[in-house]
Formats: sequence, C-alpha cells, structure tokens
Amino acid sequence: MNAPLTATRRDLLRYAAAGGALVVAAPLASCARPSSTEETESETGPFKGTVGPFVIINPDDSVVIAFPNPEMGQGVDTSLPMLVAEELEADFDKVETVQMPLELKVAEDGEGFAWKYVGQGSGGSYSIVGHWEALRQAGALARHLLLAAAAERWSVPVAELAAKKGVVSHAASGQSARYGELAEAAANITPPQDPPALKGAKDFTLIGTAQKMKNARAIVTGKAVYGIDAQMRGMVHAVMARCPYFDGTAISVDDSAARAVPGVIDVVKVRRPALDGPYDVQAEGYAVVAENLWAAMKGRRALKIEWDHGPYADESSDSFRAHCSELLEGEGQIVRDDGDFDAAMANAASVHEARYWEPYVSHSPLEPQNCLAHVREDGVDIIAPTQMPGGANRIVANVLGREDRLNIKVQPTRLGGGFGRRLSNDYVAEAALVSQAVAKPVKLFWTRDDDLQHDFYRPAGMHHLKAAFDADGNLVAWTHRLASASKYYRRPNLPETDYWQAELYPDDFPAHLVENYRLEYFSAKSGAPRGSWRAPAHTANAFVVQSFLDEIAESRGENPLDLRLRLLGAPRELPYDGHGGPVFNPGRLAAVLKLAAEKGGYGEAMGPGRGRGISGHFTFGGYVAEVVDVDVDENGNLRVPRVVAAVDIGTVVNPNGVAAQLESGVNDGLSTALRLAINVEGGRVTNENFDSYRLMRMADAPPVVETHIIDNGDAPSGMGEMGLPPLAPALAEAIFQATGKRIRALPIADQLKA
Amino acid sequence: MIGLTVNGERRRYDGDPDMPLLWYLRDSLDLKGAKFGCGAALCGACTVHVNGSAMRSCVAPMASLDGAEITTIEAVSKSKDGGETLHPVQQVWLDEDVAQCGYCQTGQIMAVIDLLSRIPEPTDEDIDANLTNICRCGTYYRLRKAVHRAAAALKEERAS
Repeated sequence: MNAPLTATRRDLLRYAAAGGALVVAAPLASCARPSSTEETESETGPFKGTVGPFVIINPDDSVVIAFPNPEMGQGVDTSLPMLVAEELEADFDKVETVQMPLELKVAEDGEGFAWKYVGQGSGGSYSIVGHWEALRQAGALARHLLLAAAAERWSVPVAELAAKKGVVSHAASGQSARYGELAEAAANITPPQDPPALKGAKDFTLIGTAQKMKNARAIVTGKAVYGIDAQMRGMVHAVMARCPYFDGTAISVDDSAARAVPGVIDVVKVRRPALDGPYDVQAEGYAVVAENLWAAMKGRRALKIEWDHGPYADESSDSFRAHCSELLEGEGQIVRDDGDFDAAMANAASVHEARYWEPYVSHSPLEPQNCLAHVREDGVDIIAPTQMPGGANRIVANVLGREDRLNIKVQPTRLGGGFGRRLSNDYVAEAALVSQAVAKPVKLFWTRDDDLQHDFYRPAGMHHLKAAFDADGNLVAWTHRLASASKYYRRPNLPETDYWQAELYPDDFPAHLVENYRLEYFSAKSGAPRGSWRAPAHTANAFVVQSFLDEIAESRGENPLDLRLRLLGAPRELPYDGHGGPVFNPGRLAAVLKLAAEKGGYGEAMGPGRGRGISGHFTFGGYVAEVVDVDVDENGNLRVPRVVAAVDIGTVVNPNGVAAQLESGVNDGLSTALRLAINVEGGRVTNENFDSYRLMRMADAPPVVETHIIDNGDAPSGMGEMGLPPLAPALAEAIFQATGKRIRALPIADQLKA
Repeated sequence: MIGLTVNGERRRYDGDPDMPLLWYLRDSLDLKGAKFGCGAALCGACTVHVNGSAMRSCVAPMASLDGAEITTIEAVSKSKDGGETLHPVQQVWLDEDVAQCGYCQTGQIMAVIDLLSRIPEPTDEDIDANLTNICRCGTYYRLRKAVHRAAAALKEERAS
C-alpha cells in the first residue's frame, strides 16, 4: 500500500500566472535524501521531477521565496532562498521567505507517490547539498522569463538586457522595469527549450555573503508560529499517559476520575505498536481529550493505570553497560578487515589499548512534540513541527489505513528544535489516531517528561580500541570494537547483521590510512528506543577515535597534532562509501586542523589547571577541527573559556549561518559531554525534566567561539551537524592537559571532583 | 474571581485557580509568544513580566495573580500608535542574529529586559548568574554579546 515515494521522469518546465503574479516551477536533477535519517523517502536514484512554486513575484514587486525543507534553527529559511535569489537577481533584503507545505503527486507510473517538486526532509545536513542545483535553476528560470518579457516589451534582444536587484534594464535605450511590472507578462512567455544556464561561482553576488536569519523579526516579537502555536477551528486538546516501560502495556485502567474533570471530553486508548514490526506510535497510551489543554493535563493526572513492566523490566543503565562489556569479551561481527590485523598485532613493537563508554542521550528539543491533526472522511490535515513531512504523510496513511496520500495534507511549522528527534513522526501518528477516535481536530501535546521518556535515544555503547606501531614508529594496525544497541530500532526487515551500518561508518578515519584495519560490531540488546541524534554515529565515534589518538600520542611522547597530521598525510581522494562521500580527502582534514591550531594557539604553554586540546572530524562531507581551552579549578569545576574552529564545507552559501551552526554544534557537544545521560532503571527511563537532564545554560557556555572558514570552491556540503563531533574529544584532551586525568566515559559529570 | 491586567488591559478570570498563567496567556488570551519548555520553571521559555519582574509563567497559578500586572513579549514591541517598534533588546537580537530555532528567544528577551532593569551594565559574571534560561540550540555566544550590546544601547537611550 503506502510504499515509499518514488519518482520516474523529468517533467516539463512549469510556471503560471496567478492574480498577476509570476509563479515559477523549474526542472531539476536532485532531491533531498538524507541518508543518515530514519524516515527518508527512499528514492534509489536522482529525482527527476519539477521544482515547486519557489518564486512568487507579485505586481507590487514583493518577492516571496518558499523553502521546501522544514526550518528547525539550521537556517534553511535563509540559505535555501539565497540559492534562488542568486540566480533571480532579486534584492534579497526585500525577499520574504515562507515554509512550503508538503507537496506530493501520484508517481508517473501510477505506482505509489512521488515528490511533486523536490524532496522536503530536513536531516543529514543535506538541505543545501540536495537543493544546490534545483533551487538555483528555479531562480534562473524566473530571471529568464522576466528578461524575455522585457525584451518583448521593448523589442530588444535579451542579450542586451541586464537584471539586477529586482530591476531589468536596457543600457542602450536607458529603459528599465521592475520585476513586479514584468511579472504578469513573464508568466505568458513561451518556455525555453533547455534550463537557462547557471552562473559560475565567480559571478555570485549573494552566495557567500553573510546574511542574517530571514524570519528573526517574527521570532523576537513572538509572532513566529511553531507547532505548539497552531490552531484550527473546533479543535480540542489531548495529552497522553504512555506506558513508561519499554514495550509494556496496561494491566488495568480506571479513567472515571479523569472523565469527571471539568472540560474532559473523552479518554481514548492508543494501541501499542506491533512488537514484530516497525513502530508507528512508540508506546501504548491513553489520551485524555479536553476542551482546553489544562483540563487535559489535569485529566491525565487523574487517570489510574497499572502498567506491566514489559519484556525489559530488568534493564538498567548499569545492566546494559555490563552487557556491552561482556559482549566485548567475546567475538563480534567483523565488518571491515583490511590487511592482516592479527599478524600485524603479533609483530608490533608497541600496542595501545583503551575502552570508552558513551550513554544514551536525548534530543530534547525545547519545543516538546506536538501535532494538530484533523481526520475526516474526505481527508486529513496535519500541522506539525516535523523534520520529515513526507514521513508524517506516510505514517498517517498507514495508521489510518488510507490509500490516498494526496488527501493527507501536511503543513510543517517552524520547529522549536529538531536534532533528529522529529525525523520520527510517532507523535503525528498518535494525533491522527486520537482525532479519528473523537472525530474532531485534535491538538496533541507532549509535556517534558513525555519527551524525555519517549525519545528515540542516541545509542549507548562501549568501545574497545587497540592499535599497534612498528619499530619505525608507523601505525600499522588499528581495531575499533563496538558493543551497542544500534539506532536501527524495530527494523524487522533488516537482518541483525546489518545493524552495525548505523554505528560504524566503515570508511571513517583512520580507514585507508592504516594498512591492517579491523572493525568489529556487537549487537547489544536493549528495550530503549533509538534513533538519529545530530551527527549520529559521528558524535560517538569521533570522541572515541580522537581520544584514543591523544592517548597514543601521549604514550609515544608525540605531539597529538603532529600524530594526526602524520596519519592524514597529503591531500588525495580516498573512497568514502557513505553519506558525505564518495570521497574523503585527508588533506582537507589536515588543513582545518592546521588552521584551527594556528588560530587557536595550539601548543602554547598553558598555566597550571589549564589545558588546550585539538580534534578534527569529517562529518557528512564537511571537515571541522576545533581547539578547545579549559580551566579546571582545585575543586574540579571546569569551564571552557574559548573554542576556535576551522571549517571546510566547500562552497559556503551563508558564512553567518555556518558560524551559527558551528557555535550550536560546539555548545551541543559541550552540553552533552558535561552532564547529559539518560538513565534507565527497571525497564524505563527515569529522567523527568531538566533537573535530571541538565542541558547547558549560559554559565557553562564558552564566551568566545571563533569560526574560521576555508572557502575552497569545492562542491558544498551542509553545516547542521559538523560542529559537534570534534568538541568532546578536544575537550577531553584539554582536561587531560589541565589535570592529567583521562575522560574515557561520558558524561564528564563529577569525574574531576574526586 | 481574579482580576489582573495583561499588557495594559484589565481582565477577569473565573476559571480553574490552579491553572498556570502560561496557559491563560496562550489558550485564553491567544498570546502565544510565551512558550512551554518544561512546566517546572527550569528552562524559562515561558518568561513574562509580573509586576515588572521576570517570572516563569508555567508554574504561576492564576490564584496567585489577583491584582497582578502582566507584560508579555507581544507588548514589548507595541508602540503607542498600535504599530510595531522594536524594543532595543529585540533590535539587538536582530543585529547580533541571535536566534536559531528561536523557540526560547521570547523568554530570553523577557529575562534580559528584566536583568538590564536590575543590573544596567552587567558583567559576564552577572550574566552567568542571572540569565539561566535554556537555549537548546546553544546560541549563548551571540546571546551574551547581545546582552552587552543591549546594555550599551539602553545606556545611550537613557543619556539622550
């Protein structure tokens, strides 16, 4: 039935007049397919559809550019419209940008559904990469039409015309016309045979310039509409009591007191997801539906539910860690095995070994999950903060058993943070089921404890690293053994022997740089739901690999930066089969390390109690290195006075946005390393709010964060996730420099207090 | 019956006295600038001004607000003619391009306006100690710069 979206053939150019406005759609050759995410739309090849109504030029000269991907703070409300405006030659200061609703169509072959214009998911730092060609083409088509309209009006060749800042001018005759004056005529121009040529990078006037976030004014005045703010006539409110135990279910339910709360309309059961299938909702629950949100919350408090403790009743954080540790004592699944690891190890002059632990962590977007759903006989309306509007559409079709996905409309709102949590649309499925049950528009709202206890957590795992050097000081063997519960959660169609793929990226550094290289995975059992958390396995593995390098450097008496540069070597292309590939250039990683080291004063003498560490990582096509300073006082309290970063993500669209995402990644990495861990006891998560899941506040934040960009003109990659992975290992090395203490388990918590 | 003033308008409330102010503002008055983040006064996304001081409205029951004067973000940028004039703190938020997802920023701005009314020229230590709202996107670097810049802007405004 509701198969993943597919696309089949290239459509014609599309544009239209609407109320005197020019509305442009254009051809493209790419799609947004974030390969690191749970809810991808699963095209197998390049999308060949059409670009949506990205440009609307009104007779009053106002220009509206729609961004197809949900905005969650990563800046696509600015960066994606910049791609259009660059080619359109619009005055970007006057451009308004708006969120596109989900646009689907029936696939050309009639089998299933396809994107109507472009892919519309936000994930995998893929928005710019995925739309780099398509959105510039949309802008170029619009410009072409405006120029052609002016040429016709003035009976002059198009070649004599110039477009700039929303005005077409003809130098020879001195004539000019504003885009608004040409919009209606442009909409009636015969389409060009081929897409208009795109500018070369040297002609960019907007791409590469620092632009501030487009919708900031609405944010600071309280007018920006998030999911939590969405409304619909006649809507009722719902909150749910979900089974807190992994895969548990209710033994008994007494809802009489809840129903007696003034304003409560109904109590609706939401069934548990099938345990042998992919999840739709996450847990069994009882939704209290009320006339207002407060009544629903009071009603939930009055529910009396006895839950069984489910099949994972004995799981705790400690038991899971012990389980991982035990697994590492045995033999795992060897998923990469270059050279002859055992022989190299046997002949080594020196061997280094260490184990690391990383806990489950939560996404905790500040806006908790919520969804406004209106399920009717003739269709469904969904308004929700979702990273994957296509996934929201599909999950609603599935849980309601509806065939016609075109009648399930999804409007993403601005998201109050995403971080990967809203790649999953379980809360959308819940809202649809409750709306169907009460036959009203339902605004489903999660409280903070709901959000912390029903997340899809970043996998926890224990890592065992071992490396060997020969007598000449060459790194000749390396193994990374990981025991974790994969983020491939409830994937009945996926054999367990594939679970490693989400946790050990086989071409990550130092693959190809060490002759005898082995990766080994142990699939651990856990009831905790898992999912994609900002820069998924890169966060875990960069901490481990980079920390281990620092330990090796120390025991060999080698400078940690020198060791890295020696391993990376000269610029060259190494194969990288995974998101961010197809190549990894170690020279580019070396270059950001060198730049960060230079700008951050790496290697300078530090006073007592102070330390400075450096790390670099290649994340989804982007190269980032960070120098982290730390001060640790005699009581073991630490602060980070400064972080200096160097970034190479190829061609930069919005350097201000790149810096913002770097700063965000730094603070996310620091916050997570300092204190964050999800705690499991008795088969359930025990964290309830920000007092037991202590997100960073201002006092912990580095007062100085510098971003230095290498803009080398290479193909662009994204920036949403790249800033995070290098932070924790650079911090750990700085702590070692300051205190002599190695951090091998996260979070740091009070490890420095002892 | 509870009487209170919200953004200069007198209001009467006779609903559930336990209901927190946040839900009264958001659901009864449709003032949606204050956000829910935690429901436990831990994150500050719901910060409004009550009798001139910052308060986390998610834990303030309506029963405690008889006679109170409430100011929300919606009134901060409203000029006398009904149009929109940004408060210097809001303007600085644009100049420094602080917001990412933006969800916490109305609460941050309300907290900062309160901070600067108490400590007009805060040091970094003052900011660390007094500005405890959570920003999950981690905009703290720009936020700190914006607070210093807002302090300077307000000082200039007072001088002129």
